Amino acid sequence: MTLLLQLLWTFSILSLVAIGGANSALPEMHRRLVEMHGWLDDATFSQLYALAQAAPGPNILVASVMGWAIAGPAGMAVATVGMLLPAATLAWIVAGFALRMRGAPWLKPAQGGLVPIAVGLLLAAGVIMAEASTAQAGWPALAIVAVAGAIVWRTDYSPLWVLAGGGVLGLLLL
Amino acid sequence: MPPTPFDSPATVAPGRADLFLGFLRIGLLGFGGVAAWARRVIVEERRWLTEREYAEILGMGQILPGPNVGNSAVMIGRRFHGLPGALLATGGIYLAPLCILIVLSLLYENFGQKPGVVPVMQGIAAGAAGMVIGTALKMAERLKLTVEAVAVLVVAAVAAAWLRISLPLIVVVLAPVSIALSLWRAGLIGGDGAGGTAR
Repeated sequence: MTLLLQLLWTFSILSLVAIGGANSALPEMHRRLVEMHGWLDDATFSQLYALAQAAPGPNILVASVMGWAIAGPAGMAVATVGMLLPAATLAWIVAGFALRMRGAPWLKPAQGGLVPIAVGLLLAAGVIMAEASTAQAGWPALAIVAVAGAIVWRTDYSPLWVLAGGGVLGLLLL
Repeated sequence: MPPTPFDSPATVAPGRADLFLGFLRIGLLGFGGVAAWARRVIVEERRWLTEREYAEILGMGQILPGPNVGNSAVMIGRRFHGLPGALLATGGIYLAPLCILIVLSLLYENFGQKPGVVPVMQGIAAGAAGMVIGTALKMAERLKLTVEAVAVLVVAAVAAAWLRISLPLIVVVLAPVSIALSLWRAGLIGGDGAGGTAR
């Protein structure tokens, strides 16, 4: 029981560190889970991270996988709630503020100021993923990245085709 | 392909079931980069929000702690259906991935290192990287950004991808600058600002 409470507390803190997504909380997650508490070893931590990346959905769910590895299904439940609840509560409060201020002449321009940051960080996430995949699988992976990027940018086909195509090309080339 | 009028007001407010199913779809499809899929479903497929509205909500989701798409789900859900909406959107986006993760954890223990599985996963990962980059380029193109907004975009991308500066730091430094530039462009600070010259 104390383990579950510790997990809940740990992941609640991580939730508030994760500005921009799970990746910014990753160093802190490693520090707490591996170094402070010794709940996971280094290799397991890396493998679980890779596993969470392979699944669909928000990559913050890496917390759920780690929770499962530490304390089974109950650990997964507690880690997920801890990771989601504080951030979601804050988002709720900010959304309410934005709704109340709707119509204020400064709100739209202020929100507009965040738009290029959002798009820039999205671009950076893609570049970091491309680097990781090229480092693992060499130049053919870079070619897959380029073709996939061009298709998604210039056409309106579902990106599912791009992922399926990437899987097939991976089997043939990598 | 010629750009079409994306900020046209032809958006559709979703019902509660639509909201849940839409976010369920985002969670299910969301390989690699959920923000890319969220944009696809919300802006292109279901037309709940315009390109700009989605980018604004994603921007707020970015500066808040927690997953930006999870934050967006709370904000979009609240916008259309209050607390039930926020709960339905959040439940929708996490339900399927959680189930899949449980199955994957079990499968991985047995098949993760089998030859044949690894190259396919690497190919999918490369495709996902391309998808995220393509989505960012598509958004940048359609949002018709001002010169200073493009500069902020490039600085944010370079700082995060090449200099590997931590995201919280980038957001803390760049958000006030970018918001000030945007208010200036709207003529709200700095005297006349650029007034109506924004394109």
